[in-house]
Amino acid sequence: MDKLLNVSSAPHIRDNDSVKSIMEEVAIALMPATLFGVYNFGLYAALIILACIVSCVLSEYIYEKLMKKKLTTNDMSAFVTGLLLALNLPATVPLWVPIIGGMFAIIIVKQLFGGIGQNFMNPALGARCFLLISFSGIMTNFTVAKTTGIKNMIWYGLSGLNGYAYVDGVSGATPLALLKKGEEVDIISSFLGIHAGTIGETSAVAILIGGIYLLCKKIISIRIPGAYILSFVAYISVYSAFSENGFSIDYVANNLCLGGLMLGAFFMATDYVTSPVTPNGKIVFGILLGVLTGVFRTLGASSEGVSYAIIIGNMLVPLIEKVTMPRPFGVERRKHG
Amino acid sequence: MNKIGERIYNGIIKENPTFVLMLGMCPTLAVTSSAFNGIGMGLTTMVVLVMSNTIISLLRKVIPDGVRMPAYIVIVASFVTMVQLLLQGYLPAVYDTLGIYIPLIVVNCIILGRAESYASKNPIIPSMFDGVGMGLGFTVGLTSIGIFRELIGSGCIFGIKVMGDWYEPATIFVLAPGAFFVLAMLTAVQNKLKAPSATNVENESKLACGGNCISCNRIDCGEKSKAESED
Repeated sequence: MDKLLNVSSAPHIRDNDSVKSIMEEVAIALMPATLFGVYNFGLYAALIILACIVSCVLSEYIYEKLMKKKLTTNDMSAFVTGLLLALNLPATVPLWVPIIGGMFAIIIVKQLFGGIGQNFMNPALGARCFLLISFSGIMTNFTVAKTTGIKNMIWYGLSGLNGYAYVDGVSGATPLALLKKGEEVDIISSFLGIHAGTIGETSAVAILIGGIYLLCKKIISIRIPGAYILSFVAYISVYSAFSENGFSIDYVANNLCLGGLMLGAFFMATDYVTSPVTPNGKIVFGILLGVLTGVFRTLGASSEGVSYAIIIGNMLVPLIEKVTMPRPFGVERRKHG
Repeated sequence: MNKIGERIYNGIIKENPTFVLMLGMCPTLAVTSSAFNGIGMGLTTMVVLVMSNTIISLLRKVIPDGVRMPAYIVIVASFVTMVQLLLQGYLPAVYDTLGIYIPLIVVNCIILGRAESYASKNPIIPSMFDGVGMGLGFTVGLTSIGIFRELIGSGCIFGIKVMGDWYEPATIFVLAPGAFFVLAMLTAVQNKLKAPSATNVENESKLACGGNCISCNRIDCGEKSKAESED
C-alpha cells in the first residue's frame, strides 16, 4: 500500500511534441525551397532570408523584453515566420524591406494580438500583404538589376551576385503574369522552378518535397492542402473550359505549379494558429481558399491571389470552426429552428 | 469664465472625442488621408457642433422629451445644409475632398452625443463652449492622424515634402488600413503616457475593496455593502 497512485484529470496520454519541435520540422521542410531559391536567385537571396530571420527574432526578443513578457525566442516560431516571409519576397528587394516586414509581422500581427497562439492572421502573410500594398513597385519588380556596393544594397537592392540557374538580365514579368496575358509557358520549367518569382515559390518540386516530409512526420494533415489544391484545380478547369480557347490541360497545370499556390497550400494555410482545428472545418477552409485563389487569379487585376485568399480565410476561421464543431459520441443532434 | 475654460479643456484633453470617447469614427477613418483633409473635416464639424449645441440648449425646455431625437436631427441637418452650401460656394477645394462626408455630419455621434448629454441639460453659454471644446478636440484628433498618415504614406505634411528623396512612402498609410494603424498607435501612446483623460482616472474610491468594479469578480458585492450600510 505504499505505492502512491497518481490521480489526475484528463488528458492522460501526452506527446513529446512541443512548439519548438514542430517549428524545427517546419524549418527543415522549408529547406529544399530555401536552398533552391538561393541557387536560383543568387547569394543576395540568402542575404534577404537572413535579414528577415534576424529582424523577426530580434523584434520578438526586444518586444518581449520591453513588455516584460515570457521570452519565446527559443521556440523557433519567429525563425519560421522570418523564413516564410523571406520566401515570399522577390529576390531584388532592398534590404530595408525584409527588416520592416519582419518587424511588422512580429510586432503588429503577432505580438499586439497576444503573441504565439493568439494571432488571428498568419504573420508572414500579413507582413507580405502590408509590404505589397505599401511598396507595390518594389514588391512586384522581379527584374534582376545590376548594382553593387553595400550602400546600394541596403537602399536599392542588388543582384550583382546573380543566380546560377536564373541568369542575369532576364526580364521581369513572372510566368504567372505571362500566363494571364495568354502567353505560352513551359510546364517543365514551371514545375522545376527556373523562372522569375519570389524567392521560395518558384520550385513546385522543392516545395512538394518539404510538404511530403511534413505529411510523413504528421505535422500537417492532408485535409487543408488537399482540399485547397483540388478545389483550385476544379475551379481553374471550369474556368478554362468556359474560356475562349477551350479547356487546356497546360493552362491548369501551369496555374497549379506557378505562383505561391504550393507554398501557400503546404506552409501558409496549414499554420496551426490560423487554421481550423475541426476535421471538417479544415476541408471547408481548404475549399474556401481554393475558390478564393481561383477567383482572385482569374478575375482580379493582379495575376497572384494566394496571400490575399489565405488571410481572408484566416479571418473566417472562427466562423468555420463554429459551424463544423464535431458532435461528441452520444450527444443528441442539435435541432435546427 | 472658469466654466468656459473647463469645457474647452474637457473637449480637447479630458474627453477628446477621437482618442478618449472614440466617437465619430467614420469620418476619422475615412477622410484623414492628409493633414489638410483632417483639419477641414474637424473645423466643419466644429462649426456645426457649436451652432447646434447653442440652438438645442436654447430650445431645451421647448422640445418634448418623446420627440427629442427627431428635433435634434432637424436642427443639426439644417446647420449641416447651411455649412455644406457655404463650403461649396466659398471653399470648393474642401467641399470636393470631403465629398459625401459633409452630409454625413448629420449623423455624427459627437454632435448627437453632445446634444443628448450636455446641451439638452445645460445653459446656453457653457453649451456653446462645450461645442467649441469638443470641436477643437475633434480637429486636433483628425489633424494629428492626418499628419502621421500623410508623413508616412506620402512623405509630406500639409502637402509640403518633408522627407528626402531616399524615403520610400508606405502607400498603405494613405489607404484605409493606415487609418486603423495610426489611430490605434496614437490612442496607445495617449494611454501609455497617462494623459489626463476620462479613462485614465486614478482610483479615488473610499471603499475597502478599492471600488474598481471593472476588474472585480465578486458577485456578493452589492448585497454585502447593503448589509454593512444597514448595520
